Amino acid sequence: MLLIECPWCGPRDESEFSYGGEAHIVRPPDPDRLSDDEWADYLFMRKNPRGRHLEQWCHAHGCRQWFNVERDTVSSEIVRVYRVE
Amino acid sequence: MRRFSVFSLARNALGFRPDWPAMWRSPDPGASYDVVVVGGGGHGLATAYYLAAEHGITRVAVLEKGWLGGGNTGRNTTIVRSNYLWDESAALYEKSLQLFEGLSRELNFNVMFSQRGVFNLGHSVHEMRDIARRVNANRLNGIDGRLVRADELARLIPILDVSARCRYPVLGASFQPRGGVARHDAVAWGLARAADARGVDIIQNCEVTGIRRERGRVAGVETTRGYIRARKVALVAAGHSSVLASMADVRLPVESHPLQAFVSEPMKPVLDTVVMSNAVHGYISQSDKGELVIGAGIDSWNGYGQRGSFRTVEGALAAIVELFPVFSRVRMLRQWAGIVDTTPDACPIIGETPVRGLFVNCGWGTGGFKATPGSGWVLAHTIATGEPHPLNAPFSLDRFVTGRLVDEHGAAGVAH
Repeated sequence: MLLIECPWCGPRDESEFSYGGEAHIVRPPDPDRLSDDEWADYLFMRKNPRGRHLEQWCHAHGCRQWFNVERDTVSSEIVRVYRVE
Repeated sequence: MRRFSVFSLARNALGFRPDWPAMWRSPDPGASYDVVVVGGGGHGLATAYYLAAEHGITRVAVLEKGWLGGGNTGRNTTIVRSNYLWDESAALYEKSLQLFEGLSRELNFNVMFSQRGVFNLGHSVHEMRDIARRVNANRLNGIDGRLVRADELARLIPILDVSARCRYPVLGASFQPRGGVARHDAVAWGLARAADARGVDIIQNCEVTGIRRERGRVAGVETTRGYIRARKVALVAAGHSSVLASMADVRLPVESHPLQAFVSEPMKPVLDTVVMSNAVHGYISQSDKGELVIGAGIDSWNGYGQRGSFRTVEGALAAIVELFPVFSRVRMLRQWAGIVDTTPDACPIIGETPVRGLFVNCGWGTGGFKATPGSGWVLAHTIATGEPHPLNAPFSLDRFVTGRLVDEHGAAGVAH
């Protein structure tokens, strides 16, 4: 069970949050100019690392804010929590 | 390979002098092979077996970083069925089910395939419509199945609560009589023994640490037991597929999640079929030893740690107890997680990567066990001929570029 520190509400049980996958994937500003490969990369391809992972969480049953978490995918240890800039 | 029979069993039982041979050799890795299969689970072993048995390619090594069948092959809930919605997946899983039906005889090894039927419950009008559509699609594809209403379910599974006051009211189910369960370890061992007998080298405790390429084509693999040359390499590593593919700079649309399961203390026979519910993320059968085998849904977050959160355990067990009140005081013996590789369309990826000679077989998500022989059969064909078989052609990696996804979330996304 993860204990996640919401930047606004403090440490809360994982069950209050929803997971949003890999963080820092920026929607291409002009999708029409992308090749199919580039679009597929944006849409589907993921780093899925074994180790440190930058990911998005939403405090869905709390303040409903999105934020980022750096977490180790092997030990589940949360290394840091930071706000979306 | 010494053949097993009722006589060899009796001789060993009566002689009090166990005389069982080692079922496969454990050779040191050779310097080069025609094909290296990375991953000694069911899918990897099936690939090696069918390469040897169907295509005569026997200079094959299966590299396993741990012990044989110790990953997801030994961690699933052993359910086999083929009642998938779309033509592409139905054909692939049905091929696998048919191979399962002859597997014990073919391998001369009892994989304990028990076709006790599989029920997929529906809890709402909407879900029942989807189930009716899926059953009709299955029948059009020649796959057995029928719609079962709640009153018949109550007769077929007396311990299932189909009353109106149930929190997850059961309106009906799809039923595939030819579905069932198989002994997952036996599948791995039987395939390993049969592959070994045809000359395949099975090398355990040998982790792949790098993939060497020359001019855009695979040249071999670096391992903890030295470099092994191979013109063709197949990555069949389930949850760790992204990690391996990244060694060759191949990106995959795969995310790895923990998937949890549990077994209870053994008890007398009480449940003679398999019951699954997509809506409440729980599925259950009873093993031949008498344990209830229960599976949950995936934990939402990416993870490689082979354990998940307690809330997932709680959610699955709460649903099981609600459906089967008689199990409310059953104690669980063991709990564990496997690492499953999920894809955006809940379908596998089987085929060659942009690196020539490098093949992947991954993305089976939460339901790979049922596909074990079929998956190996089509991958062996793809490796041997250089072209995908019509059964796995729709599951190429480039479908994520062309957009031709096979969206199986309705039939495959949750429970298996």
